[in-house]
Amino acid sequence: MQLPPALHARLAGAPGSAEPLPVERDPAARTAPFRFAPRPVRFPREHDFFEEGDVQRHLYLQDVLTQVGGAPERPRVPEFTCQVAGCCQVFDALEDYEHHYHTLHRNVCSFCKRAFPSGHLLDTHILEWHDSLFQILAERQDMYQCLVEGCTEKFRTSRDRKEHLVMRHLYPVDFRFDKPRKSRGPVMPGAAEQVLAEAPGDDGVPSEVDAMEVCSEHVEPPPAPAGERRAYSHRIPSTICFGQGASRGFKRAKKRNKHQ
Amino acid sequence: MWSRQRGRLKPLCCGVEELRCRRREREAALRKARREQQLVSKRLLRDEALEEAEEGCVAMIFGEAEIQQFLRLAQRGTEEKEREGALVSLRRGLQRPETQQTFIRLEGSIRTLVGLLTSNQALLQLEAARCLHELSHSEQSAVVEACLPATSYLLTYLSGHSSDFISPHLTVLEALGYALSQLLQAKEAPEKIIPSASTDSSVLGSTLPQHMLQLLQPGPKLNLGVAVEFAWCLHYIICSQVNNALLITQGALSTLGLLLLDLAGAVQRTEDAGLELLACPVFRCLSNLLTEAAAEAVGGQLQLRDERVVAALFILLQFLLQKQPSLLPEGLWLLNNLTANSPSFCTSLLSLDLIEPLLHLLSVSNVVSVLVLTVLCNVAEKGPAYCQRLWPGPLLSSLLDTLAFSDTEVVGQSLELLQLLFLYQPGAAQAFLQQSGLQALQRHEEVAQLQDRVHALQQTALHG
Repeated sequence: MQLPPALHARLAGAPGSAEPLPVERDPAARTAPFRFAPRPVRFPREHDFFEEGDVQRHLYLQDVLTQVGGAPERPRVPEFTCQVAGCCQVFDALEDYEHHYHTLHRNVCSFCKRAFPSGHLLDTHILEWHDSLFQILAERQDMYQCLVEGCTEKFRTSRDRKEHLVMRHLYPVDFRFDKPRKSRGPVMPGAAEQVLAEAPGDDGVPSEVDAMEVCSEHVEPPPAPAGERRAYSHRIPSTICFGQGASRGFKRAKKRNKHQ
Repeated sequence: MWSRQRGRLKPLCCGVEELRCRRREREAALRKARREQQLVSKRLLRDEALEEAEEGCVAMIFGEAEIQQFLRLAQRGTEEKEREGALVSLRRGLQRPETQQTFIRLEGSIRTLVGLLTSNQALLQLEAARCLHELSHSEQSAVVEACLPATSYLLTYLSGHSSDFISPHLTVLEALGYALSQLLQAKEAPEKIIPSASTDSSVLGSTLPQHMLQLLQPGPKLNLGVAVEFAWCLHYIICSQVNNALLITQGALSTLGLLLLDLAGAVQRTEDAGLELLACPVFRCLSNLLTEAAAEAVGGQLQLRDERVVAALFILLQFLLQKQPSLLPEGLWLLNNLTANSPSFCTSLLSLDLIEPLLHLLSVSNVVSVLVLTVLCNVAEKGPAYCQRLWPGPLLSSLLDTLAFSDTEVVGQSLELLQLLFLYQPGAAQAFLQQSGLQALQRHEEVAQLQDRVHALQQTALHG
């Protein structure tokens, strides 16, 4: 099947439609015994017409799943360390390093050093956390944008947004996207604890269900060494209302009271 | 830039002829299964895959305690190998339906899995994706449905990554798309899962279709494996015909049209077998969407009008002719739906010189021939200005060839086209006579479905 050479050029060219030739139908065209009439055709999913395509699709899936079931081939390299300052993770496969770098070092906030899974989430974080104009505007109008791309809802507070994400988009209740500044050991760090975005004020008691900032690491918190917990609560002054350190301080204070 | 999953293709370990034979057997089995409406059965996928991957290794049934143990180890184990190993064991166990049931009933299990799917450790993420794959195989829709709520969250987390070709993220995205496609393929899908009417967790009620369309945006971010899965998801949604107008307002026609262009471009650049896996669902989505009233809304921004789509389609038809001729009908179906009510697209066929390549397809199969002739009728029925451009040329001799076919539908469609040509193109009847057209018609004089039309044409040819 030879295609005219100009066709490839047309594909690469500008969008546009042909100026249609004049349409002029003769009523004799559709008279019996002739019955042709142009019409777009629709097929439901079970139609025989789809048999070939479905069979090809399943052949492909069978192949894929065979490979998924098997062990992955992983080319090894001599061990090397992540070169980012402060990170001492060691790797013996490039794929792992690539993944690590991208997840922990790629979309990092230059203000507070939190890492995010994507540029979009990082941008949202910077806007909501480090932009004073945002805070001013947020007093008058709904500024907290839903995190799900395609959803246009905006909210007055990040707590409202969180509720929307959980109720409407079925996010896990304890979600967070950011990775904390410090690695807390070999185990996947990340607290399921709620981080407060509002200033402590009013009742002073942080609630479990309070608003989330742009975050989620959806893993149960590993038990952190007790000593470290106390260190946090001492380091961060209670007047600073954002950041993990502060909230943990509050939370731990609460917990300590409980146990006393 | 189209990137394939690394490590996707395994080296061949048996002879090519043997492989071809096995493939034919598998194809035959699948065809039979589909006719018996069993193609949605995951067992078909499962059995083949099991045999090849885990020979002699029977999966165990795990109870709650064991599953909890694996999950705990995976999340909190101190040794990486230990964590990986736990997930591998879990995955093997999940091959058994009993284990799947136990898993989804265990509180927090899906949440933990989701956490691992977004882990910053590549291997854990990959193994978690494999677990998700296993769960997607479940014959029990409850199991697959248990995975659905996590989708929005996972897509938010993963969508940002697709630009960077990070393998584990892509694997997870692909697994997610696959899981979704299995869910949407289920018999209950059109009533329970797709409608946007009642619940918030339904697929159309959520922003999933928009997310899917976003994952199908052409460009450097597009990954073939991921796109294939989500294109199939979209196909199941569209052919269930629940709310296609909504999809059109979300720009589905435009996105899919651009994707078609991208596909055609990719096909020109690489011999990569596998592009037809994406072409097929895209053809289906576009073709079915084009039948919606919303698609034809006059002056609509959302309409598909770019003639590059026609150029792209022909490049893909040529590719299919080489690689996978059995998919030609689907491509031609799209061409029919594009041209049926569009003088503009019919004009494009003429001005881009595509009639001759189209005629070339007439010898492939009966189904293909009928479709080619139908498209030609779409053009011819628009009147003299169109027929003029169809004439002279190879069209007449091609028609005389098709009249020699024994297939009634092919001949019937040829007769319809002839009538249009006789009506709109002076000299056509004359030329037909001169090329022994009457003899060609004679063969079909006794065929019930064709008689009337044959006689009518004979009359027109002889008496004008």
